[in-house]
Amino acid sequence: MIQLDNVTKRFPGGQEALSGLSLSVDKGEMVFVTGHSGAGKSTLLRLIALIERPTSGEVIVDNQNTRRVKRRKIPAYRRQIGMVFQDHKLLYDRPVFDNVALPLIIAGVSHRDAGRRVRAALDQVSLLHKEKQSPQTLSAGEQQRVGIARAIVTRPKVLIADEPTGNLDPDLSLEVMRIFRRFNEVGVTLMIASHDIALIDRLGCRRIALEGGQLQQEVDPWQ
Amino acid sequence: MAVTRNSDAVTPVRSSGAFSVWLTRHASTSVGALGRLSRQPFASLMIILVIGVTLALPAAINVIVKNVQSVSSSWNNALDFSVYLKQSVSVAEAENLSQLIRQRADIESVELITAEQALAEFKQQSGFGAALDQLGENPLPHALVVRPGPGNTGASLTLLQEEIGNLPETELVQVDTEWVQRFHAILDIVRQAIAIGSALLGMAIVVIIGNTIRLDIENRREEIEVTKLIGADNAFVRRPFLWTGFWYGLLGGSFALLLVQYGLYLLKEPVARLAGLYQGNISVATLGAAESAAILGIAVFLGLLASWITAARHMRRIEPR
Repeated sequence: MIQLDNVTKRFPGGQEALSGLSLSVDKGEMVFVTGHSGAGKSTLLRLIALIERPTSGEVIVDNQNTRRVKRRKIPAYRRQIGMVFQDHKLLYDRPVFDNVALPLIIAGVSHRDAGRRVRAALDQVSLLHKEKQSPQTLSAGEQQRVGIARAIVTRPKVLIADEPTGNLDPDLSLEVMRIFRRFNEVGVTLMIASHDIALIDRLGCRRIALEGGQLQQEVDPWQ
Repeated sequence: MAVTRNSDAVTPVRSSGAFSVWLTRHASTSVGALGRLSRQPFASLMIILVIGVTLALPAAINVIVKNVQSVSSSWNNALDFSVYLKQSVSVAEAENLSQLIRQRADIESVELITAEQALAEFKQQSGFGAALDQLGENPLPHALVVRPGPGNTGASLTLLQEEIGNLPETELVQVDTEWVQRFHAILDIVRQAIAIGSALLGMAIVVIIGNTIRLDIENRREEIEVTKLIGADNAFVRRPFLWTGFWYGLLGGSFALLLVQYGLYLLKEPVARLAGLYQGNISVATLGAAESAAILGIAVFLGLLASWITAARHMRRIEPR
């Protein structure tokens, strides 16, 4: 589902965030990317979301080579991927419901269908009863769950998350990870950047460790 | 709480009933933009006032010119000119000549004033009756009062007057209405000046609205970034700003209409008094439906143009980081 071939990302300053990285994530897999800050985790996710383009190498997502996605087509490409951010990136000027509905409105889903899907997504993160509240009135964990509902409301095949539990205490982190796990169980491919190795080991998923923009080790509990 | 995936789970989101979706989306965006304006009532009102005054200015001058024009067109008979015939021309010849000129297409009417009629009128009006009686013979020539047709322009009038002046029977063509032509020429210049002024004010409106929307975009930069991050294209993020421009134009234009109509209402009484003094029936022409629609249309167009230019310029620069 996600494949990187010899990907290098060099920033204008000359500093290399990724150096010749190759990896592959199968369809329906749930994979964690770990490493210190500056190891290249975020850059990897940004390449997949087409926020950045690689300096060299290929990034292939769901059989699409991102190199061939033209600038004008980036929005359509991004709509196929669910994205969860450490700082949630919610819009605080509108209620929870509208935040989750935003991707559907962008995609041009009719109002009635959107309402049904938004409630289904909020139900999956157990926030159905808070749809009318402003995100500001929610706790950090709840805000992150709103962010997750927004990422999955369009039912993407791929979901990427950058430090989704970075601001959460261990209990809330585990809860968020369990939500991700449930999506994975119904076939969603997930790539999650995190540094919480203890938590990851409890989930028993493959772990890709980055170091200085290169693959340091891969831990696969199934092998 | 089980995760359920319906049958359409893997199919990508597809728009259903594309047109009605498009329509409701625009409707909700336009209402949203209006709501955003109403949440900053003071700032929005200031912009609307500025647009209104800027638009009202040329519109009002236009109406005034139109009014002056309608008054001056009732002076069309002032384009009449007198043709004095030679003393040697007899009444019958004068009659013939007037018939001949009347047949021309560019002439509306010709009135023959014979020397006898002229003398009688002069005697009556001048009060020199007794003195004139002393004269043995009538010193006045026959004269024609020619009224050119309405299709004549300044140049064709001059040509017509020359032509009649060159007739063998003609002694003198007297045009004492040149000031009317000059007045029309001045009106033409005023109208040109208004056109230029209106264009400049229109540009000012585009700049004002554009600048306001630029600030609006800066304020909502984060929102735009997030929306783009989850797959919105430029058209989507541009839409609310276009509606904002639309509302500024519509509300500003409506305010301009109000200003002009109220101004004309204030003028009604003094004009009526003036008309009474001149025994004329001058009334103030107000803005018609077509003109009002044109003002609103121009205002909306300028609002959309301004927001389009601004949004297109800035939207491309705002990309998620």
